Amino acid sequence: MQVNSPNFKAKAEAALTDPQLREALGKTRIMFVNKRAELAAALPEFEHLRDEARDRKNHILAHLDHYLERFDEAVTRAGGKVHWCADAAEARRVILDICRRVEAKSITKGKSMVSEEIGLNEALEAEGYRVLETDLGEYIIQLAHEPPSHIIAPAAHKTQEQVADLFHAAHGGPRKTTVAELVTEARLVLRDEYFRADVGITGGNFLVAETGSTVIVTNEGNGDLTQTLARVHIVTSGIERIVPTLEDVSLFLRILARSATGQETETYTTFSTGPRRPGDPDGPEEFHVVLVDNGRSGMLGGPFQDMLRCIRCGACMNHCPVYGAVGGHAYGWVYPGPMGAVLTPLFVGLDATRDLPNACTLNGRCQSVCPVRIPLPELLRELRHQQHQQGLRPPAERRALATWRFVAERPRLYQFANRVAARALKGLGGDAGRLRSLPFAEGWTAFRDLPAPEGLTFLELWQARHPGKR
Amino acid sequence: MPDSRDTILARIRAGLGRGPLPAAAGAALDARPAHTRIAFDDDLTERFITKLCSRAGSVNRLASLSEVPAAVDAYGEAHGLPPRAAVARPLAGLPWPAGLARHEGPAGKDEILSVTACLAGIAETGSILLASGPDSPTTLNFVPDHHLVVLLASQLVPDFEAAWAHLRALPGGMPRTVNIVSGPSRTGDVGLTLQLGAHGPRSLHVLLVGGDT
Repeated sequence: MQVNSPNFKAKAEAALTDPQLREALGKTRIMFVNKRAELAAALPEFEHLRDEARDRKNHILAHLDHYLERFDEAVTRAGGKVHWCADAAEARRVILDICRRVEAKSITKGKSMVSEEIGLNEALEAEGYRVLETDLGEYIIQLAHEPPSHIIAPAAHKTQEQVADLFHAAHGGPRKTTVAELVTEARLVLRDEYFRADVGITGGNFLVAETGSTVIVTNEGNGDLTQTLARVHIVTSGIERIVPTLEDVSLFLRILARSATGQETETYTTFSTGPRRPGDPDGPEEFHVVLVDNGRSGMLGGPFQDMLRCIRCGACMNHCPVYGAVGGHAYGWVYPGPMGAVLTPLFVGLDATRDLPNACTLNGRCQSVCPVRIPLPELLRELRHQQHQQGLRPPAERRALATWRFVAERPRLYQFANRVAARALKGLGGDAGRLRSLPFAEGWTAFRDLPAPEGLTFLELWQARHPGKR
Repeated sequence: MPDSRDTILARIRAGLGRGPLPAAAGAALDARPAHTRIAFDDDLTERFITKLCSRAGSVNRLASLSEVPAAVDAYGEAHGLPPRAAVARPLAGLPWPAGLARHEGPAGKDEILSVTACLAGIAETGSILLASGPDSPTTLNFVPDHHLVVLLASQLVPDFEAAWAHLRALPGGMPRTVNIVSGPSRTGDVGLTLQLGAHGPRSLHVLLVGGDT
């Protein structure tokens, strides 16, 4: 998928004045945030499960080679095939080869963020294959020719009215408007497609080393129809999604649904183990797991290893004030929100993604809800640090920081400068106590007034209230 | 060109700062962990019914298996459905009415109603555990508008972990497809509004046979 992250600021500004996006994002917060909070409060074991999940993921990552090899053996035993892919290009090549060999014409897809990451649809379409997304959200954005804006609700940025327009344009007939009518229309259109598909591609929430199973966790049932009715089932998944045993699946299921959609469980949890067996009346004839590294192994042992614990629930973006203001498209690639602001620079490079780690107030809400307790703000701060070290920050910012450091290391100078600044700003603020514009802070004052300081510095106030203490 | 499997494994080990693990480490790594399970002391049947109904599923309690055909008939009539059904083979021996057109195969595109058996009912979440096999096509669980599941009260288990034990006890090991189903299909993708009946069944109806009422 094309990287559009350099346009973050322009896209974010446009998003802030898009009324339809504001309506859609407002709903995201209500739908996901409140329900997650209710369920987290209702389960006494929840916080403990998060600790266990974090520790178990750390164990898995420390022994990732072992569990991946075990998984490969088990898939092979069940009659399937694991394709190890070092990068996105290799993953695309492997899938194209399979499609060519089985003479596929029509391909259906369940939702898979890894398939977005490797740019699969574009590659398949360039070779002349007909690719149809069957997850309703993915179907909507495929009709709109847009990338997903949320990892579990890809069309979260679209209002009901916009969906009605898209369906009307694509399906013809009278324009449907109610949610029930729109969902039914998509259901009927896609029904035929499952039955005529040659290849069905799904993601994998978990890969179980013990059994060689891939697991999808869904609500619509489209992933199941995709993988059961096609002749060939291909699973695309990242190497970090491995879990050792079925017991681990239940551990992660308990935190995944609550964190993702605010449900005790999603509607469908499906395990796929190999292809159709002798006597089976349905199911795919071939089963392939495309295991994608694409930069993940490089995160092991470094400052970003914690990010590999991510189970792709989306809670971080649901709770992020920046995501809630600008939506997912501003981030410019596959993964938006806090997890995306960490992953995108690591996957596509620090240079093309300079704004992402900085599009964060370090408020910590993401970390406070992450089911596997990834220290997202710390990782974002580390990325900022690396940007600075690699000379990727603008000269003015570097000079400003150097100046600040010079002053901050000299307490008398620092206090003097603070006193001057506080008094000057108070004067500039006038009777209103607000500043309409301020040199070097136009980014702030272009959108709102800056409240002026009241004339005394923090240290002066502290000393006034606590006489004798330093 | 080196094999990507070797490349990826080498990168992982380089990142972790070690070589391949000794073979002797394997058994300990593959041991089943005892993670925290959800504690509850509700009656299994009651919890199963409450949880499933909270997820828009429905339950009809029957005293014996022989009542299943009449219950299916009544369900079809109440929903105005034509008298045809895909009935999974393990249930074929029940006293089905002559007027009901039945087949045992996988679901066709226009399948309206299926009746299937299941492996277990999971009280923790009000879920049904289904496994594919020669007698239980997976398409019956997803294609029809109405999925009716026959669950014996004796098949109720408390939680996922107990369900895993069922799977491990199967003679062929892990089945090709295992479905844990918790209510009818749903989506929130249009206007972030919950809508039942996305791509899978619009309704999930459990015929719970036996047990104290």
